[in-house]
Amino acid sequence: MTQSDGIIKPKTKRSKRFLQSRAPKLTENGKSAMIMKGGNANQTVSQALKDIYSLKKPNAVLYKKKNITRPFEDSTSLEFFSKKTDCSLFLFGSHNKKRPNNLIFGRLFDFHVLDMIELGIEKYVSLSEIKMTKCPEGTKPMLVFAGEAFDMDNEYKRLKSLLIDFFRGPSVPAVRLAGLEHVLHFTAVNGKIFMRSYRCLLKKSGCRTPRIELEEIGPSFDFVLRRTHLASDDLYKLSHKQPKALKPKKKKNVSHDAFGTKFGRVHMQKQDLSKLQTRKMKGLRKRKREVVDDGESPKVAKVDS
Amino acid sequence: MSNMATASCNVDELLAQAERDEAEKLRSIAVDKELELEFDLGNLLACDKNRLETRDFTGEEKHDFLRSLARDNTQLLINELWKLPTERIQEAVVAKLPEPTTPLPREKPPPRPRPPTKWEQFAKLKGIQKKKKTNLVWDETAKEWRRRWGYKRAKDNTNEWLIEVPQTADPNEDQFVKRITAKKERVAKNELNRLRNIARAQKLKVPGMGLTPVSRQSKDDLVRAASVARTSTASVGKFQERLPKEKPAKGTGKRRKFQPVIGDFSAEKDKQLELLKMMESKRPKLNVTKAVNKQMREDDREEAAARNSKRGKQAGRKGRRDNAAPGKGKGKMGARGKKAGGKPQRGKPSGGKKSKPGKR
Repeated sequence: MTQSDGIIKPKTKRSKRFLQSRAPKLTENGKSAMIMKGGNANQTVSQALKDIYSLKKPNAVLYKKKNITRPFEDSTSLEFFSKKTDCSLFLFGSHNKKRPNNLIFGRLFDFHVLDMIELGIEKYVSLSEIKMTKCPEGTKPMLVFAGEAFDMDNEYKRLKSLLIDFFRGPSVPAVRLAGLEHVLHFTAVNGKIFMRSYRCLLKKSGCRTPRIELEEIGPSFDFVLRRTHLASDDLYKLSHKQPKALKPKKKKNVSHDAFGTKFGRVHMQKQDLSKLQTRKMKGLRKRKREVVDDGESPKVAKVDS
Repeated sequence: MSNMATASCNVDELLAQAERDEAEKLRSIAVDKELELEFDLGNLLACDKNRLETRDFTGEEKHDFLRSLARDNTQLLINELWKLPTERIQEAVVAKLPEPTTPLPREKPPPRPRPPTKWEQFAKLKGIQKKKKTNLVWDETAKEWRRRWGYKRAKDNTNEWLIEVPQTADPNEDQFVKRITAKKERVAKNELNRLRNIARAQKLKVPGMGLTPVSRQSKDDLVRAASVARTSTASVGKFQERLPKEKPAKGTGKRRKFQPVIGDFSAEKDKQLELLKMMESKRPKLNVTKAVNKQMREDDREEAAARNSKRGKQAGRKGRRDNAAPGKGKGKMGARGKKAGGKPQRGKPSGGKKSKPGKR
């Protein structure tokens, strides 16, 4: 039983609004992330968590205290935190001898772990180490994935989907062109994943589209893929299921061809040809006399009877 | 003439210059890629599927390589974004983004429609439709429009300072207290029904109503109360003693349910077909291997018998073998005897008549 089943009856309007904000919806709220560290986390990992928090900021919760839990062994505490803060993405940082500088990216569906991917930090440059003007907080980043591994390998495919989910920010109908500043670039080469964050400078090119120059602002990571926990195909499919109400309604009798030309099929009523106006001619006109004759004949019959 | 020539020359030069300028401009924003990038502009996302050159991938070179790669990809993404239809909103040029195309999992499953309550089921069955009532009604005593219910409602009888005692009621009873308890009981019953509806929706075991408070308990109610009290022990009333002459409570056992005489024909048909199917399945099935084995064994036996008989003829007589054959014959004789016995029955119609006198 989740909160949304209507068992908890709100007693005040405020609590009702609160419950409604957390209930499942047709078009969902943006996913928010909880960022936490495990029992042991070194300087690198905690700094990395803070930096990713600052990238994700309005839609993230940074846990200040240690949480002694191992997501790959027991995810119940994660599920509990997710329910508590209504977050469906998580980032867990830890450091130990076996897996130094460890980050676990993950997401949850219906308060249960869907995907978890463990990445080890090999090289890390923090946000503050690079002295550059940074992007304002809450900028929707442009995401670029490069490398064929992101389309070939199953784990990399999931990782790509997870990273898109994690970093894409709020889904918006429109975007201010001059405000496209931040680029997150993920490159998969030689079994490593390079995450780079750039500020994008729009230079004049002479035509409408500007020329792009990039400036690295950090944080930058060199990751290696470690353990993964991927959802089963059934669950993954279930989590992608969209409600029927969201699907666009099929428009009848309208089609488009390859060039985008719109075609419509029109259904015509059958034309009544008897009422068709043709050329008037004296010879074809109905005669009044005949009508009179017709009228007389029944009268005669009446007289007979 | 010479002037004309120079003019035409100038025009050509200018055109060529303009063309070159155009190419130069395009060059600054154009990027060559072997495979085209895949874009999802709704998410400001680009995917580069090209194979990456991994030769120069050490130290500082790696850094530059990544940056140039990022620049090219971002340039392509920006080119694509600038093609989108734009709009001017308060001195800011805004591009309208298309719907995101990358499938991403949902956060929570889509909302389910609320299952109907018991009342809603009943109302649907009976075709009872909800009537919309006006919120405000005319209050005669206050001479104004007031809400139908809730705070400051019309015809509010909770604030009366005097209540007439009905003739049938006990004169010592406090009518105010009675009204308040009645209200409380209604509220409690409503809450109970709400919980029962939730339990039904969750497909849990719906708890029995037990006893709902009523103004006067009838005999049936009392019997039911006694039975509920009896079963409300840790052992569900197993060790509870019965009073002498106490009858078991009515309506606690299982109730037989019958199908309606006329109604769901398809369900009835299905049921009958199911029954026929079951009867069909009871018939012994032909086990092919078993049958074949049996046949083979029989053939073997026949063959052996034939061989034996031949040998017997050759060797002379063997008493036992001969004896065995009549033994089988006995059974056949018996069967014949039965058949024979059947014949006389046909011959004796009088006996048949005697056996069933009542039916004729």
